[in-house]
Amino acid sequence: MKRLTILVLAVIGLCVLGFERTRAQKAPAPPETLIRNGTVLTITHGVLANTDVLIRRGKIAAIGKNLKAAADARVIDATGKYVMPGIIDCHSHSMLDAINEGTVSVSSMARTRDVLNPNDADLYRELAGGVTTLNLLHGSANSIGGQTTTVKIKYGRPVEDFIFPGAPPGIKFALGENPKRSSSTPQAGQQRRYPATRMGVEETIRDAFVRARDYKKSWDEYRAAVAKGDKNAIPPRRDLQLEPLVEILEGKRYVHSHCYRADEILMLINIADEFGFKVRTFQHVLEGYKVAKEIAQHGAGASTFADFWGYKIEAYDAIAYNTAIMVRHGVVTSVNSDSNERARRLNIEAAKAMRYGDLTEEEALKLITMNPAWQLGVQDRVGSIEVGKDADLAIWTAHPLSVYARVETTFVDGEVFFDRQQDIARRTELEKERATLEQAEPNRPANRGPAPGAPRGRRPSDLDDDMWEGRP
Amino acid sequence: MKNRLLPLTTIVVMFAVAAHAQQIGNPTTQQGITGTRGVYVIRNARIVTVSGPEIENGTVVIREGKIEAVGANVTVPAGAQQIDASGMSVYPGMIDVATAMGLVEVPQGAAGTVDTAEVGDTNPNAQAIVAVNPHSAHIGVTRVDGITAVVTMPQGGLISGQAALINLNGTTPREMAVVPSVALVINFPRVARGFGDREFSVETQGNQNITEAMNQVNQQIEQLRKLLRDAEAYGRAQDAYARDPKLPRPDTNIELASLVPFVRGERPVVLRANRETEIRGAIRFADEMKLKAIILGGEDSPKVASLLKEKNVPVILTGTLSLPLREDDYYDALYEAASRLQAAGVRFCISTGNSGAGVRNLPLYAGMSAAFGLSKEEALKAVTLYPAQIMNVADRMGSIEPGKIANLVVTDGDLLEVRTHVRYLFIDGVRLPLTSRHTELYDAFKDRK
Repeated sequence: MKRLTILVLAVIGLCVLGFERTRAQKAPAPPETLIRNGTVLTITHGVLANTDVLIRRGKIAAIGKNLKAAADARVIDATGKYVMPGIIDCHSHSMLDAINEGTVSVSSMARTRDVLNPNDADLYRELAGGVTTLNLLHGSANSIGGQTTTVKIKYGRPVEDFIFPGAPPGIKFALGENPKRSSSTPQAGQQRRYPATRMGVEETIRDAFVRARDYKKSWDEYRAAVAKGDKNAIPPRRDLQLEPLVEILEGKRYVHSHCYRADEILMLINIADEFGFKVRTFQHVLEGYKVAKEIAQHGAGASTFADFWGYKIEAYDAIAYNTAIMVRHGVVTSVNSDSNERARRLNIEAAKAMRYGDLTEEEALKLITMNPAWQLGVQDRVGSIEVGKDADLAIWTAHPLSVYARVETTFVDGEVFFDRQQDIARRTELEKERATLEQAEPNRPANRGPAPGAPRGRRPSDLDDDMWEGRP
Repeated sequence: MKNRLLPLTTIVVMFAVAAHAQQIGNPTTQQGITGTRGVYVIRNARIVTVSGPEIENGTVVIREGKIEAVGANVTVPAGAQQIDASGMSVYPGMIDVATAMGLVEVPQGAAGTVDTAEVGDTNPNAQAIVAVNPHSAHIGVTRVDGITAVVTMPQGGLISGQAALINLNGTTPREMAVVPSVALVINFPRVARGFGDREFSVETQGNQNITEAMNQVNQQIEQLRKLLRDAEAYGRAQDAYARDPKLPRPDTNIELASLVPFVRGERPVVLRANRETEIRGAIRFADEMKLKAIILGGEDSPKVASLLKEKNVPVILTGTLSLPLREDDYYDALYEAASRLQAAGVRFCISTGNSGAGVRNLPLYAGMSAAFGLSKEEALKAVTLYPAQIMNVADRMGSIEPGKIANLVVTDGDLLEVRTHVRYLFIDGVRLPLTSRHTELYDAFKDRK
């Protein structure tokens, strides 16, 4: 009987898989797409007027005037429109319904990769804002938080398709108010978690790296012994908390550290120098402008809010000129969202650095393209429009640094994942479907059982990590 | 940044360097540096009057806090301070009519700086103008981006209190006040729980099922109805006693007294409502109680457009940059909400709905609506003339016309564009330095080697 069940399930499974395959095959990506006669913002090679971009097998195959495409190519007329690389958001919590493993202050064993939700509707809204790549971060409740995941927004695909192939692994660190839990009240009988001060945060990180260094030494000694032919060498016990920290020491895993105040930024630079690793990015880094010189010297990038400030004490000295000052000091700087809402209009967030601090158009565009690409170690794949790079790009109705600009089409790996005209064309059909569902009222309780809960104002994943840190 | 008053900048920078560290407030205004009033002439500018046609090359004269003259051929008064605004544009200052400006400095971790929500459900006599901090850093940061006046409002409970319309300059709340009590603010009861209302987090319900939540909403509406009827009766009793002192003297009740002008429809009542059912409920309630209603929030208002138009109820739209309310809403549902209201003939304006720090982004809330269907002209009106009309101050602000308060912004480009810089700023006829806590920190650190 049991076997039969398994067999039946297997057959159903195969059918579903088969169906999925057929569906995927039904709408195969055209072999070539030609975007004609647009203004191409290459980022790395200036602005090219009246230029074509040819996409072949997910890559940018050619850029130039009057390009020829295959007979069956999809041709898009971009006359009067702007073509720009897909926007890269270096600080996102999309796809994550829970972000803080807040019980311990070193949660390096927790992985965002394990809890990704590919059906997060906000992903589609981000595509509609020209965004194609996200750095999905653990929350900021921990001095050393969980592991990050870099994804491409392939909305509608299974979660495996989202993972950015070959992107270096990363990890979240956090300094200041959030890891010291100053805005969370312990419940009755609950003890306050260590650390509770910026001193304790420093000590927590130092302690973890001292342990990681010893752990690495044990493995190095073991491997050396094995290499010498010692058959009796005993391998050290595997430690999932320290393994990622060893990868940091070996330069294989990028540190993305949440921080606000200048003093804590310097603190982490000192620890990194002491243990011989580099911080890849300081995140938020709202007082980065006070220590831009030191950040540049360390070689770290900075990923900041355009102008978000004053929502808590450690954000009170935040200024919108932060981005410009850091750029002028030679820090590789990006502007991020940390919010499914702001993620939809990072073009405007980047343009704010032109108002506050007079960055040029090219510098402003780099804040959301090449610079975050470097920060995530994917600068050879995305972040600019160059032959051989992934065809992640968006077509805009006006210059994307204008508030009046709107995205028409967004491509990821050469495939269309958002198209405004298609979106609008589907609406009549969707209205019908909605009416049918509302008629059916599938959630109505059947004469017994409790009434359904009152609707939530919003799905919890909308909560900005920082605004709501420590709230229920 | 080019045209700052130089000596002033020096003073300000010195002060900023001395006192920048984690200080609550705006050093500039704390020092009493609030600019100077006088006779000013802005010449050779493109003048976007908003109420009338644009003047390609015109002059604006400012005297005693008012716009004295505007036009292509205006006589320049002798002794006036002249500003050559060649290549620049003059706009009326923007107005954000749903903020908590000056009522909160740091919302999290500094409860002592938060004066937005009183204890209890009904506080009609809580007055924002009493608690506005004229030296809040938010004020300087906001005005240097061209927002010259705001409505600041209490947020808590069912009846939050009375909102004030203030100019963003002054040393005392009374100096700032344009209308000290401009509207009563009501959080119209709603069936929802948790973080529903963005900046103004109104959590009136806990974890309830839908039946309990609906019952509670009905009870709250009944509570409102009773209080407003009591106020009506109180007003009648006081009037009767004033006419005939032989009648028994009614006891004074400051809570009911504060409600009288609102229940009589003499002053507007702002009803916060976002979902379709809440908006319909709020309109029905206002109709029944004969209130002069304004809907605040209004995210679903395009769905209620015909009713809003029929009842002539205006909408303060705060969500143009919010995520749509529902997962299955169209991605542009709120980007295009303003354009749908405009097409349906509903009176509306655009606001950030932000408590303070984000109010400077008001032009972007309007600009995004223009990217999704609203004309640029309408988008500009939605943050200048329309909010003035909705708050009944269009005779005093919202456009560039003789006799209006001289709240003017001179820019190097389109007022709603992100990259545009404000070059000169006048509030109530006072020319203000383009400095804020943020420019001071910028100046202090930008050249650190």
